[in-house]
Amino acid sequence: MSIAAALSSENAASVGPASGPALAAGPTRRARSGAYLLLLPGLAYLVVFFILPVVALLATSLYVPVPGGDVGQFQPAFHWQNYPDAITAFWPQIVRSFAFALIATFAALLIGYPMAYVIAIKVRGKTLLQGLLLVLLIAPFFTSFILRTVAWKQILADDAFVVTALKWLHLMPEDGRLTATAFAVVAGLTYNFLPFMALPIYASLERMDIRLIEAGGDLYASGLNTFWRVTLPLSMPGVVSGTLLTFIPASGDYVNSSLLGNPVSTSMIGQVIDSRFFRVSDYPTASALSVVLMVAILILVGLYVRRAGTEDLV
Amino acid sequence: MALGVAGPDAAATPQVSGSTSDSGADLELVRVTKAFGSFLAVDDLTLTIPSGSFFALLGPSGCGKTTTLRMVAGLEQPSSGSISIGGTDVTDRKAYQRPVNTVFQSYALFPHLTVLENVAFGLRRKHVPDAVARAGEGLDLVELRHLADRKPAQLSGGQQQRVALARALVNNPAVLLLDEPLGALDLKLRRQMQVELKRIQIEVGLTFVHVTHDQEEAMTMADTVAVMNAGRIEQMGSPAELYELPRTAFVANFLGQSNLLPGTVREVRDGWVGVDVAGTRVVVPQARAVSQDGSVLVGVRPEKVLLLPASEDLPDDANVIGPGIVSDVSFTGVSTQYQVEVPGLGTFGVFAQNLAGGASAAVGDRVRLAWAPGFTFGLDGADDASDGVDLA
Ligand SMILES: Nc1ncnc2c1ncn2[C@@H]1O[C@H](COP(=O)(O)OP(=O)(O)O)[C@@H](O)[C@H]1O
Ligand SMILES: [Mg+2]
Repeated sequence: MSIAAALSSENAASVGPASGPALAAGPTRRARSGAYLLLLPGLAYLVVFFILPVVALLATSLYVPVPGGDVGQFQPAFHWQNYPDAITAFWPQIVRSFAFALIATFAALLIGYPMAYVIAIKVRGKTLLQGLLLVLLIAPFFTSFILRTVAWKQILADDAFVVTALKWLHLMPEDGRLTATAFAVVAGLTYNFLPFMALPIYASLERMDIRLIEAGGDLYASGLNTFWRVTLPLSMPGVVSGTLLTFIPASGDYVNSSLLGNPVSTSMIGQVIDSRFFRVSDYPTASALSVVLMVAILILVGLYVRRAGTEDLV
Repeated sequence: MALGVAGPDAAATPQVSGSTSDSGADLELVRVTKAFGSFLAVDDLTLTIPSGSFFALLGPSGCGKTTTLRMVAGLEQPSSGSISIGGTDVTDRKAYQRPVNTVFQSYALFPHLTVLENVAFGLRRKHVPDAVARAGEGLDLVELRHLADRKPAQLSGGQQQRVALARALVNNPAVLLLDEPLGALDLKLRRQMQVELKRIQIEVGLTFVHVTHDQEEAMTMADTVAVMNAGRIEQMGSPAELYELPRTAFVANFLGQSNLLPGTVREVRDGWVGVDVAGTRVVVPQARAVSQDGSVLVGVRPEKVLLLPASEDLPDDANVIGPGIVSDVSFTGVSTQYQVEVPGLGTFGVFAQNLAGGASAAVGDRVRLAWAPGFTFGLDGADDASDGVDLA
């Protein structure tokens, strides 16, 4: 009981200073408005490079062709019909984009989590090895995204060793191929966004106290049980950011689907927007699809983050 | 006796033996060694901890206490040797398969779980039916039921410490391991928790193995203390045994203070060992001497020594050193500590209880030092007389 008393006096002491901020209000307020001033450059940047383009995008999505005008000539209007038209024409690509992105995100999680776990937990303390593995994880960033995807095209080509080996092992029919398939597109997406999955997970596992895993074992939880009850929950912030950082760019990606897919059964919405804009100069449809993609991602991410618990993100 | 001091027989008679019982759930370590590379963190350790006892593993930082505990918990695999609990060999069992729980020095509370869920964690893994109710009782034991729904980060250090204790205790382990559990607390809270821990141990009757580098903590709490140094057990026994009859210079210096004087054995007769200490004859009871020939260290605790004016007559049966010059006097209220420079022997420490109302000698006084021979202990002359002094 004497201990309880000691602890409550400790609590009382920590409450003490909170009652006195009235005295300090003056300087604090001035310091705070100074801090807001520091936001100005960032705000200006956002207005010029984010808000204005989004407004332009929204406006363009409602344009109509100039009557009797050339291809690519449009005039301002409020033609909302552009949206249902665009969605009706391209809903398979929209759905496919999210399906591919979802599968790629899952695959990246399944591959990326163990990688992050090994680097952050298994080799903890072995600084050199840890550094080496981290560099290997980040190494793909040293070459361009497009070059790496082109390299995948070579790897998956019909006469390259992967396909030859699979056929030799009879894991693939004689007339089977990898390139220009949905598999190739998803594999490319998975590979290209893997570091975005693994790094945030690594960061949250790295912060975790190894003693917590030992405490799990000490409290009768097997290795797997400790992983489910302790390690995974504590790494959820990393998993949530990793999945977002993978899913969002993957659903808008067009490089993988153009280089590794085929134009019929693997095209994604990014590819459609690209060709609507640059090939056929159908700016309103390209813009409308961009807006649809943006809103859909916002809704999906909003639902996901809500589900995963917002406190996990901080 | 003329000196007015009783022999050691009146106090708890020291006996040097690992007092062990043969009850069921003893923890036994047999020839356990742990090597990290070529470095031996734990070196051929053999130890039996009787069930239901409060056992302290005491030693300076880096001597291998945590490593020993981790091997018992199953968090570290011994390089050789075996560990058994209640007669069952658990050496090859995983941590989660051992009837052992640990209170970690850093507490290691699960930050994502509430206090109650932390305490219920082990019970749930063991599929105890009323896990939550039992966890609540565990919190009652440490008087923290009212904080059951908080997260660990919302607790003070002392509260976290008690949650960690409750989380381990509720599982009713055969052995509870505590790794410097009070190390992070401030002195006042630490003293309170020592009493609290002892109360809880008596209440629940479990075997506690308490690791600490604080000799006072080990002495006040434990039934049996093992003093560990450089991966080995130097000596093991009740706090009084260890204090009254240290068997190595390290124990003599690490556990309290000692005056250790190098000497040479001259004769062994009638149960006494006669030692020549810089020309003066000092006797040591034969049963209290580790070594009975050649060079030895003769030791006596500072509070056993009396300061006498150089001129006073002394009885023949006392051990007497001096004369020397008082070089320092510090009055602490209950006692006075003197430092006496004895030519040829160095500095001698003396604690005198404050019976006379103040110090009885001043700096510069010529005094002699006397004590009842029965309090003397003899150590191996190969020991370093200052071993463990800086570590205590
Ligand atoms: N995993 C490890 N690898 C290498 N050396 C270690 C390891 N763990 C402990 N040691 C060393 O073993 C010795 C004993 O450590 P420890 O058991 O933690 O000591 P204590 O708990 O008594 O302070 C120390 O010198 C420490 O540096
Ligand atoms: Mg330690």
